[in-house]
Amino acid sequence: MIQQRTTSESKRLTQKIGFSLLGMVAALTVLPIIAVVSYMIQQGAPAITGEFITGFPSDGMRSGGILPAILGTLYLTLGTAVFSVPLGIGAAIYLAEYAPENRWTRAIRIAITNLAGIPSVVYGLFGLGIFVLFLKLGTSILAASLTLSIMTLPVIISTSEEALRAVPNSFRVVSTSLGATRWQTIKRIILPQSLPGILTGIILGLERAAGETAPILFTGAAFFLPRLPGSPMDATMALPYHLFVISTQVPGMPIKIQYGTALVLLFFVLIMNIIASVIRSRARAKRMW
Amino acid sequence: MNIIEVEHFSLSYSDGTEGLRDITMGIPANQITVMLGPAGGGKSTLMRAINRLNDLADVISMNGRITVDGLDVNDPKTNLVELRRKVGMVFARPVPLPLSIRQNITYGLEVAGVTDKTILAEVVEKTLRDAVLWDEVYDRLNDPGVALSGGQQQRLCIARTLALDPKVILLDEPTSGLDPISTAKIEDSLQMLKQRYTIVLAPHSVQQASRTADFAAFFLQGELIETADGKDLFTRPKDKRTQDYVEGRFG
Ligand SMILES: Nc1ncnc2c1ncn2[C@@H]1O[C@H](COP(=O)(O)OP(=O)(O)O)[C@@H](O)[C@H]1O
Ligand SMILES: [Mg+2]
Repeated sequence: MIQQRTTSESKRLTQKIGFSLLGMVAALTVLPIIAVVSYMIQQGAPAITGEFITGFPSDGMRSGGILPAILGTLYLTLGTAVFSVPLGIGAAIYLAEYAPENRWTRAIRIAITNLAGIPSVVYGLFGLGIFVLFLKLGTSILAASLTLSIMTLPVIISTSEEALRAVPNSFRVVSTSLGATRWQTIKRIILPQSLPGILTGIILGLERAAGETAPILFTGAAFFLPRLPGSPMDATMALPYHLFVISTQVPGMPIKIQYGTALVLLFFVLIMNIIASVIRSRARAKRMW
Repeated sequence: MNIIEVEHFSLSYSDGTEGLRDITMGIPANQITVMLGPAGGGKSTLMRAINRLNDLADVISMNGRITVDGLDVNDPKTNLVELRRKVGMVFARPVPLPLSIRQNITYGLEVAGVTDKTILAEVVEKTLRDAVLWDEVYDRLNDPGVALSGGQQQRLCIARTLALDPKVILLDEPTSGLDPISTAKIEDSLQMLKQRYTIVLAPHSVQQASRTADFAAFFLQGELIETADGKDLFTRPKDKRTQDYVEGRFG
């Protein structure tokens, strides 16, 4: 009895030590993130003014605002969504609900997984070759959005497919037994149930697209434009590329402008993240299974 | 009069399992046909073959014929949506769709294109009464179906099957997860329902089989061992294996 108690007590102690160690490790990994963010806020916050958000760059980008870059990133993100969301969801529905399990679909799936791992600069070169030169779209918002879409698609497809597959199969069986066609089952049951997962995937994908420089470098990003883009065929400034430019290409750049720009980009991505988690927690509360 | 005819029907799954071997039997209209036997006998497989729900499973080959109301279910020209409306099914584990109680019932009609609100409301009340559930849920029809207890969920599943006004209702061990009171309620409603519908039941026990059967069929490892009217299968089994099973010596 006594022997037993001491073992169980010492087990509990080991467990406690283990948990505290794990907690410390977790804290350690969060620390650098907090450090980076607070450093950026400290350095960049003084730059954030109404004029910085709504004004055009002036004095060789050394002062003024970054509105063209903010709007450019917004356009590119929306443009990417226009192409990658319908295609991505469509492909995921096909893979999860219609495609037979065979060598061909396995190959498609492997290809998608591998596409997600390709360095973004390779997508940039691909976009340059296909969209800018071959399809003669020029360096434009359209070409850059298409390039970003191709980069984003694998993320959207695989997260959406996973979300669709997470819906219990019994719903499909029941719905079919009640006379629903496959498409009715998808539309009325499967999609609504997997929507939170799909939206999360979309936002994660678009978030990455919003923050990338390499894919838009050769396909649509402009060093400096004195006016806002007037159509999807125009090139545009964009936050990540602008950040790259003012950090490396412009001598005598005030440091707070760089960090201010980084802060705005961070904020942009953060907002998307918050939207994603709100959607997720709302859906979890409403879930009926 | 048989509403369903199964003629020399065999079915194999892609992993090589012979789910059914050369089954021939008729299922009489407006009676409770009980399919009994130990697990793996092929009862569920045969039910899913009747409404072609096996299309969602890994079936590799089928032989023979199954007709419902004279309609060959495996004929490529057969309209599966119509077949499934004609042959409803209730499963062992109640699975309310992720919708409200009301929507669970109207789902089948809505996918069939019925939009008239008064018709739908009438059907909701009528089928919930038929499934002996109305009194327990009439004031919370907009609650999610999963909010109900297990026994209530299963009666909801029966009600939603009735909503399509099928000819045949297949019930695959519908009371296997339920307490005796819920089980009794469901057995009672089956007695009422058989006046309007043909009932095919895979019971969860021999006792339930003998309580409910108007006609009984004993399945063992994919084969149909024997069929008998009324309670004969339980009182005077012809085959030794049937006798062993109904007397509880295996299974
Ligand atoms: N989806 C399936 N895939 C492969 N084999 C199956 C499947 N469903 C049932 N089987 C097999 O078919 C045989 C009959 O099973 P089943 O019809 O479920 O019998 P019962 O309902 O009488 O228990 C069993 O050997 C079972 O393992
Ligand atoms: Mg079974």
